[in-house]
Amino acid sequence: MASENDNAMSRSRSSMTFARRGTPPRRANARRRHREDQLWRVSARVASFLPFAGLIFVIVVLALKAWPAAQVNGPSFLTSSSWLPGNTYGAVVHTHGVAHPAGSAYGAWPLIAGTLETSGIALIIALPISIGTAFALTERLPRSIAQPISFFVEILAGIPSVIIGLWGVLQLGPFLAAHVYPLVANHVPNVPVLRYFRGPTGYGEGLLTSGLILGLMIVPIIASTTRDLFQQVPALPKEGAEALGFTDAEVARQVTIPWVRSGIIGATVLGLGRALGETIAVAMVSGSILGHVSSNIYGTMTTIAATIVSQLDSAATDGTGFAISTLAEAGLLLTVISVIVNLAARSIVRRSSAMSAPVGRS
Amino acid sequence: MSLVTQSYPKTSWRRFKSSAFRVSTLAALLFVIAPALWLVLGVVVRAVPHWQWSVLTTLSQGTSGGLENALVGTLVIMGGVLVLAGSVGVLAGIHLAELAHVRKNGRPSGTIFRLAIDVLSGFPSIVLGYVGYVALCVGLHWGFSLLPALLILSMMVVPYIAKSTESALRQVPTNYREGAEALGMPVGYALRKVVLKSALPGIVTGLLIALAVAGGETAPLLYTAGATNSLPSFALLHHPVAYLTYYVWTDYNQPTAEAHVVSYDAALILVVMVLTLLVVSRVIVTRTQRHSESYR
Repeated sequence: MASENDNAMSRSRSSMTFARRGTPPRRANARRRHREDQLWRVSARVASFLPFAGLIFVIVVLALKAWPAAQVNGPSFLTSSSWLPGNTYGAVVHTHGVAHPAGSAYGAWPLIAGTLETSGIALIIALPISIGTAFALTERLPRSIAQPISFFVEILAGIPSVIIGLWGVLQLGPFLAAHVYPLVANHVPNVPVLRYFRGPTGYGEGLLTSGLILGLMIVPIIASTTRDLFQQVPALPKEGAEALGFTDAEVARQVTIPWVRSGIIGATVLGLGRALGETIAVAMVSGSILGHVSSNIYGTMTTIAATIVSQLDSAATDGTGFAISTLAEAGLLLTVISVIVNLAARSIVRRSSAMSAPVGRS
Repeated sequence: MSLVTQSYPKTSWRRFKSSAFRVSTLAALLFVIAPALWLVLGVVVRAVPHWQWSVLTTLSQGTSGGLENALVGTLVIMGGVLVLAGSVGVLAGIHLAELAHVRKNGRPSGTIFRLAIDVLSGFPSIVLGYVGYVALCVGLHWGFSLLPALLILSMMVVPYIAKSTESALRQVPTNYREGAEALGMPVGYALRKVVLKSALPGIVTGLLIALAVAGGETAPLLYTAGATNSLPSFALLHHPVAYLTYYVWTDYNQPTAEAHVVSYDAALILVVMVLTLLVVSRVIVTRTQRHSESYR
């Protein structure tokens, strides 16, 4: 029996392993087997339920905490720019039955604008650089050079954000403010869009530095995914295009990129999600200035996430709990933005991958 | 004849665009590599001249002293995350890849859990930290302590672990499962002896990356683990835990030079720790790729 088994199994190495090592439980052990199956099933089901339960818990806590603030702050929370905690040692006022310190007024417009601006800058910088890097790694450089470099790029994604922030605020920011920003600010013409690049350049903490730092943080995500995608593009269509007389750039633009477009969009939006929610690095390099929207691209600013981390301490001193509640409202706003971005990415990827499949794609 | 040639751009222009494209790809690579090298070397170069090994064995005094408490605290937090998030994440990945069946209505079960994991993986970390502070530390009177920190960090990294486990399991050839079933192995036994064994490198890689994330995270810990200058007590509740990223975050903008040294020392330890984890995970990936059977 055993030799017969061996003959039948010797085709595949793994089956040999079973035949040699594992004696599958016999029928007499049916109950024990069943118990092991049940154990796997139940524990795996419980474990996959836990993240779901945690998510619901987080959303419920956030919504409950944000509700009082939402009642008082009203819809102008989205458009107003003031961030006044009021007199936390003075009289307590009630609005719509919610207690808050006299004179408190909160508006999240500068935070929303800061979040969108920094993430926008990061995307504008990171997307072309990532695609270029992916092309350089897959098509231009020899394997022996490309492999260590792509390993380095992947590792960059794992560097803690607090360290990127430390480098940004103590080394990159001052360097840019001393050598690069003044050069740009003094030579940019005074026309509508580029006017934003003129004016005082500050000390290196602000909008553009935050955007650059975020760009550096999301490049590894986009670049390594794009590189993997480019490697999956089969050689035949590219060779066919070249045989028809396409140049390198035309092959890239008309064959390679369209082939994996949905994947690139997915990776980009993944990076956008990370940029929107990034906290510590932005809190370190943004200057953390509340209450106004920067008038040029170098000005100090803050984002929703950076505000929560830098204001939670002082919000806890508000005896009425209104400041804490307002931060929950800001957090809920950030969560809604990031979740919408995430889900939108999934639907874009699904739709475009259904549509853009070129002929002959297996 | 002329009609045909006129409808195409000039060859010299196309050739120029092509070389411009080649140059710009290399320039893009330079724009990634140069700042990244500057980042890593910048931290190392500023930390190493002031580095003393006694940092690892002396307790912190806030803006001066050593980092022993922070180092031990970070290791304790990483260990806790490995146990908590590791077990939940791997089991969730097994559920999604192996055990979730196609229901009678044609939709796979576990869709809602997959959605939850996707949403959670894009969740802003500071919001999780806020909820940990408000609901666990204050609401349940747990205080700044280990358990809320572990719960919040685990919520952050479980999606990573679950997804890497799922994709590792999906790469196990179906023949293995069919072979196991043909030999009469029950599902659970085959999972333990055959499927998990060959998916192990992928799972370990996911765990190592999750550990690197947990060790380098700051925002969710600031308001859950608290801060202390003493060694972690291993009590789950009411005792704050120190961790390395806290000292980077609080000491970089202190006025004294000593504080800057502490900040850069903590950053150096973090970089070494995280890079080691990532390199090890990478080595596992390349080794298993080299030895894997290349069929299918």
